[in-house]
Formats: sequence, C-alpha cells, structure tokens
Amino acid sequence: MAQTIFAPWDDPEEKPLIEFVNVTKRFGDFTAIDNLSQQIYAREFFALLGPSGCGKTTMMRMLAGFETPTEGKILLGGQDIGAIPPNKRSVNMMFQSYALFPHLSIWENIAFGLKREGKDKEFIQARVDEMLRLTRLEAFARRKPHQISGGQRQRVALARSLAKAPKLLLLDEPLGALDKKLREETQFELMDIQESTGTTFVIVTHDQEEAMTVASRVAVMDHGKIIQVATPQNIYEAPNSVYVADFIGDVNLIKGQAKARDIVEGDDTSGGLELHWGEGHAPLVAANGDTALAGKEVVLALRPEKMSISKEHPAAANALKGKVIDIGYLGNISTYHVELDNGTMVKAQIANTRRVSRRQITWEDEVWLSFSATAAIVLEG
Amino acid sequence: MRRFSWFNATSLTLGFAFLYLPMVILVIYSFNESRLVTVWAGFSTKWYGELFQNKDFLNAAWVTLKVAFFSSCLATVLGTMAAYVLVRGGRFRGRTLFSGMIYAPLVMPEVITGLSLLLLFIGIGLDRGILTVVLAHTTFAMCYVSVVVSSRLVSFDQSLEEAALDLGCSPFEAFRLVTLPIIAPSVISGWLLAFTLSLDDLVIASFTTGPGATTLPIKVYSAVRLGVSPEINALSTILIALVTVGVITASLISKRAAVAQARDERAALQQ
Ligand SMILES: Nc1ncnc2c1ncn2[C@@H]1O[C@H](COP(=O)(O)OP(=O)(O)OP(=O)(O)O)[C@@H](O)[C@H]1O
Ligand SMILES: [Mg+2]
Repeated sequence: MAQTIFAPWDDPEEKPLIEFVNVTKRFGDFTAIDNLSQQIYAREFFALLGPSGCGKTTMMRMLAGFETPTEGKILLGGQDIGAIPPNKRSVNMMFQSYALFPHLSIWENIAFGLKREGKDKEFIQARVDEMLRLTRLEAFARRKPHQISGGQRQRVALARSLAKAPKLLLLDEPLGALDKKLREETQFELMDIQESTGTTFVIVTHDQEEAMTVASRVAVMDHGKIIQVATPQNIYEAPNSVYVADFIGDVNLIKGQAKARDIVEGDDTSGGLELHWGEGHAPLVAANGDTALAGKEVVLALRPEKMSISKEHPAAANALKGKVIDIGYLGNISTYHVELDNGTMVKAQIANTRRVSRRQITWEDEVWLSFSATAAIVLEG
Repeated sequence: MRRFSWFNATSLTLGFAFLYLPMVILVIYSFNESRLVTVWAGFSTKWYGELFQNKDFLNAAWVTLKVAFFSSCLATVLGTMAAYVLVRGGRFRGRTLFSGMIYAPLVMPEVITGLSLLLLFIGIGLDRGILTVVLAHTTFAMCYVSVVVSSRLVSFDQSLEEAALDLGCSPFEAFRLVTLPIIAPSVISGWLLAFTLSLDDLVIASFTTGPGATTLPIKVYSAVRLGVSPEINALSTILIALVTVGVITASLISKRAAVAQARDERAALQQ
C-alpha cells in the first residue's frame, strides 16, 4: 500500500500528546470521571461518545483548564498541566454555546487570542484573513455576532479557536444544532482544516455518524469511564462489550451458552465457538469467537445488515426461523422485524434492490434469517 | 385602548397632583418677581441671577458636586467589585451572609447609618470635612451600585469569561476586556444612581460633615429655617432639573442596555 495507515496508537515508539493518568473528578460526592487513563496522540481526531451526563464535557474542561482533577494527573506533551491556568495552555476550546464576544466584531473576535499573544499588526491581519477565508466568512468580518446566522456564528467560534494554531483543539458538540447538510459540509471542512494544520482534535458529539465520519478513533464512555477506544471500523465491527455493541448502531443480542468448536485443517469457518441458545434449536456458529469464553454464558451480537432473509431454508452456516411482524421502509433499505419461535425479536436490514411492489416477503410470512459463520461477535454476557 | 371613566381620570389627576403639585408650585415661584414667596408679581429670572452671586450657595454647590463625583466613582468601583465577587466568587464560607449584608444598608434608616459613621469617624480620630462625607456617601451608595451591577452579572454568560481565559487572557484582562465592556451600561447607571443619591442626601451628610464642607442640601435646609427665600426656590428648581435628568438618563441607559443585552444573548445562545 502506498499510503501508510495513520495509527500512532499501535506504535510503541510514539509518545502521546495527551495522557490522562488515573484521573478522577468528583463534584462533591458525585464522581463525574472515574479513575480514567487514556492516551491521545498528535494529529488525532479523537471523538468522545456516550450518553448524556457520562462526563464528556468534564474531560474537555479538565483539558482546557477550567476544572482540576480531584485525583491523578493530565500530561500534555509529557508535562503535567495540573497547575497551569487556562490562559497558559496551548489548548483552545470551541464552546458548545460558541461564547462569541457580543461587543466585538467578527474580525475582532477572531483576532482576540492573537492580540493577547502580542503578535504584530501585519501578522494578526494576515492570520485573521486566512481564518476568514478558511471558514468562508470574509463578507461578515465587520459584523457583530448578533448580525449573522447560527451556522456562520459557529464558523466564527471555530475560526477563533483555530486562529492561535493551538496544539490541541477541543470541540464540544460543535455541530450539534446545524441542519444535516450544513453539518456534513462542516464535518468535511473540519477534516480539511485538520489535515492542513495538523492540529489534534478532541470532539464531543451525540451523533454517531459524525463520530464515524471524522474520527481517527472513537471512545465510548459510560459513567465517567471509557469503555472502549478503537477506530470507527473496529468499534462497529468488534465491540468489546454488550454496552458498546448496543450503544453504537443497531444490534441483535442473543443470549446463550458458548461451546468450543473443533478446528478442521483448511477450513477457515471451523473453530471458534457455537452458541446453544434454546431447546430444539440448532446452535449458532461464530467461527471467530474467542475460545476463552467456552463454557460461559455469553451474548451473540449480530448487526441487522449482516443478515439475509428468505422463504426457503437457506444453505448458510446459521439459520433462524421466524415470522415477519413488521417492516420498516427507509427508502434505500428496509428493516424486517422478525419474531423467532421462542419469542425473541430480531431485526434484519435488507437493501431495497427491487421496487417495493415486487417484494415477495410481507407481513405474517414465515421466513428464514441467515448469516455467515463469521458475521456474529461473541461477547461476555 | 379602553376609554377612561371619569373615576379613573379623577384618581389619576388627584394622584399626580398630590405628587407633583408642590414641585410645580416651587418651580413657578422660582420665577416670581416678588421677594414674598406667596405673592405672584410677574415673571422674572432675577433670583437665578442672585443665586449665582451668592458665594455661600456657590461654595456649597461646588462641595456637593465634588462629594457626589468622588463618592459615586468610589462607590462604583467598590460596588462593582463586591457584585463581581458575590456573583462569581464561587461558593465560599458565609457567602449568603455577605450577600445579605450588602443589601442591609438599603433598608437601614439613614439616621442610624449617619450616626454610626459619625461615631466611627470620631472613634478613629478622622477630622470631619469633605473626606468624611465622601466616605459616608460611598458607604451607602456602593450598595445601590452593587445591586444594579449584580443583577446584570447574574444573567451574564460565564462561558464568555472562560472563552477569554482560553484565548490567553489573565483573569483581570478577561474582566477588563470582556466582562466590563458588556456590563458597562449597568455600571454607568449604577454610577448615575450613586451620583444622584449623593446629591440628594441631607441626613447622612449632616451627621458626617464638618467645617468648610457644607453641602447644598444642608445649606438649603439651614437657610429655610430662617425663612424661605425665592433664591432657594431657584436653587431647588435647578436641583430638581439635575436629578430628573440623572434619573431619566440612568433609566434610559439601563433600558437600552437591557434591550441590547436581550438581543445579544438571544443571538449568542441561538445555535
Ligand atoms: N460543576 C458541577 N457540579 C456538580 N456536578 C457537575 C458539575 N459539572 C458536571 N457535573 C456532573 O457531572 C456529570 C458529567 O457532566 P458532563 O457535563 O461532563 O456530562 P456530558 O457527558 O458532557 O453530558 P452531555 O452529553 O449531556 O453534555 C453530570 O452528571 C453532571 O451533572
Ligand atoms: Mg456536555
């Protein structure tokens, strides 16, 4: 491959830019961040995902210097930043509320941080103009924040935080309230900016698709802990827990007992685990299941789009019989809600390659769901 | 609009007459030709002329303006600082007590404030004069300033200050470059309020004043005890005009600021 894959987290030589070392943050007796350790590398686009109140903003505010860890320390470039006040950190934050200065023009807002640095006039002028160009705001430089639209204001906030070319840029739900089109445009702008400036981004978002689009790595958080950190692809394809599988995207979860399978030489669908999930049902095969889980209560996680649906018994490694309860039509795909013999509801997503009127499967039909031996993931129950 | 019934019209007239008739009469008689206060003898501005010849009154006016200026400036600085700490200082021990205590002088009878200040000045051996009056006026005016400024600070979005820190401001620079310009209208109207209050005050000033520091209200009060002269009417008219302008300006500034603030904040929070 000509292009080397960007994966500094796999390189033991690489020094992290940010390092959380056993950081705990308490507000009174409420623990917002719970003994969290995490490394973030230079030039990363690190996305924080998690339910409301799990501590994403608190992590950002600790990086920016508005909160101090109750325990543990945060290193930036190898240096403990605990005692450094926000104005002395080469970290800039783009606030969720934008926090534009209402008494200053757009130009002055963007120049604000540069002026504090005591840069000379020509430099500031050039830099602000560059930022205005980058965010396509040239026409609005002389306006006040209340005279421009919401999307433009968001770009001002972005330009202002980028102007100082910080080592690290924190974006707290930066695109939260934009319409889909503007959001997508801005996502690509962000990635462009990141590519051209080499800044490290940490971004909080509630939008999984956004995290998947922009991030080099995604961290899924819950109750002040990071549950899993992985590339968007891995976090989707190889979640490490039921929580992550359930949080990211749609998933079918089937409980059962794991048993190791024999390895047959030359057959790459042999080995792994099989799941015994009910009396009188053939076990489900997961050839890439971790045999360490053999004999345990496990959960089989299966993405709906990895399943096929047919009226006849299919010749696949795994087949489940059931009845169609509901069909959700989403345009490009349809979601079939199928009830299995034992009452379990399973979702299957099928691309609508045919016109709906010619679709042969409909409500109340007896159908077979099938998936390959490597489609499912076995997780500890 | 509903039409006024005769009852409403009468009560409105009576009410406002009750409030403003005395002042109107005073203003009218300040333009009276005659020396006798109760006899109208034609229009004249001669008492204004005489007023400006009267060294005593001019001195008192000058003292009053100096006192009002310095005490209102001092009160504005202290009141703004107090408001900032009470609203922004986080939760420190006794904060509720402090914020209650800052409002206490608002409801304290002036006689008590004046007397206690007098005792303090005697106690620390401070000679009474302009300085003591300035200090006394600062004391009660800063509470008003603090009330005006803190009501503005409460609705001030703290993330603006955090953004300023984030962009490299020291905490003081953040206050000077971001907070102060935004809350400036309320600081100015606090200053005007303090100025007007100091201009008006008789009770506290008479407790804390000393030789050579007679303020206008004290001068007027003592002159009236010897009999009302049309000069006093002229003087009072000027005072009424000053106070009216001050109060109207203060309320206009704070109203305009409130409108602008609502607009800016709506804009800043709209995403
Ligand atoms: N200053 C504070 N005092 C007390 N509790 C706080 C404070 N700041 C945050 N918390 C609590 O810490 C927890 C984490 O808050 P945080 O703002 O980090 O959540 P979040 O993950 O950003 O949530 P959201 O997605 O809703 O923005 C919440 O339960 C919150 O109530
Ligand atoms: Mg948050």
